[in-house]
Amino acid sequence: AKSLDAVKSDYTVDTEITPRDAATTYNNFYEFGTGKGDPLANAHTLTTDPWSVEIGGMVNNAGTYGLDDILKDVTLEERIYRFRCVEAWSMVVPWIGFSLSELLKKADPQSGAKYVAFETLYRPEEMPGQNNSRFPYPYVEGLRLDEAMNPLAMIATGMYGEELPNQNGAPLRLVVPWKYGFKSIKSIVKITLTDEQPPTTWNLIADNEYGFYSNVNPEVDHPRWSQASERPIGGGLFAKRIPTLMFNGYADEVASLYSGMDLRTNF
Amino acid sequence: MSMTQTQRLNQVVKTVPAWPIYIVGILPGAWLFYQAVSNNLGADPLKALEHQLGEWALQLLIATLLITPLRDLFKINLIKYRRAIGLLAFFYALGHLLTYLWLDQQWWWAAIWKDITKRPYIIIGMVSFLAMVPLAITSNNRSIRKLGPITWRKLHQLTYIVVPLAALHFVLLKKTWQLEPILYLCVGLLLVGYRFWRKRSV
Repeated sequence: AKSLDAVKSDYTVDTEITPRDAATTYNNFYEFGTGKGDPLANAHTLTTDPWSVEIGGMVNNAGTYGLDDILKDVTLEERIYRFRCVEAWSMVVPWIGFSLSELLKKADPQSGAKYVAFETLYRPEEMPGQNNSRFPYPYVEGLRLDEAMNPLAMIATGMYGEELPNQNGAPLRLVVPWKYGFKSIKSIVKITLTDEQPPTTWNLIADNEYGFYSNVNPEVDHPRWSQASERPIGGGLFAKRIPTLMFNGYADEVASLYSGMDLRTNF
Repeated sequence: MSMTQTQRLNQVVKTVPAWPIYIVGILPGAWLFYQAVSNNLGADPLKALEHQLGEWALQLLIATLLITPLRDLFKINLIKYRRAIGLLAFFYALGHLLTYLWLDQQWWWAAIWKDITKRPYIIIGMVSFLAMVPLAITSNNRSIRKLGPITWRKLHQLTYIVVPLAALHFVLLKKTWQLEPILYLCVGLLLVGYRFWRKRSV
């Protein structure tokens, strides 16, 4: 992939970065198949240029923004984030991108907007998994507006010093490090500001297992497995399990967003 | 297959003993474990090992259920290999379970206990495994003599529970309904159903 210039940021963690090989070969991107290796094998068919994002709904600057248009006003920075999958494995990834809030400010949300809805590209001829009718494509995700405006929430266009590989959600994706990985929607083509909580794909599939918030929480188990610990990917067969941190270690930055909420019911 | 070919195959079976099955059968597991240790199974060698051992166990279990219909419907007699295949299935299931306890959960008993008591797919997998234990223990001539062939056969009909439960365990662990595990379940149920159909029609 093409290398990307980015300034270092203060966002970093004290654990080892996951090898690039692991982060780019072990992916959940069902649009290219349900196996972990399927996205690498199949995502090369995805056309990422030209690319544009349609931003609409309750915004003053609705419109279709080309990728260059989005990137010309932002400074790309490298942020090393913990990444925790709902399947209880984790990585540490050096993303390259910018705060989602910068893009939202450009669109200028109206005062009544409360939520942000995201949508992945729907192009079955390039995304063979989308022919699977048991899955409600296109993939959709959402955040509350205050979550989306939190500086941690980022739009990534690269990782490991290079542009995003297709299997990791090229050319631009969301990264919300305090939530389970499936919230970090890939290959975004549409962003809509609304005053109602938007539907989200995994919640549509199994609402007893995947809630709207899906904050990383070691105390609230998935119905089929514990979320108290996680297996770091890339450390080989004997890698030690590590305890999962509340909000994936970002409690200082985001816990206040949920004050007064019962995180067991709002899982 | 024509009658002569079937006869020829059955002749070959008579000359080939069952014991090499144990050696040949255990090699893929040993090789897979070696590959996992050498980090050649991709980014998540643990899951690759755990899932593959489980899948081989399930395939071998289904193979044991195929012996009878092959004999009934195609006159191919592979019954002398059934014990070896069944025991191999048990060894792979044991390897699968040990991988879960040791490498996946890392002997973290609190979490394991919660899994075993709370999570349906784990419970189903455990029941399936536990039901295999008496079968593995009695898979020898001495046990047949001691129990008597009728009791022994009754006991080994536990297989009709083991196979569908093992397949169901596979179906339920996926995040969505997926074709492959569902096919195993269908084949398993079909082979068990064949027994009941056969019993009724005799």
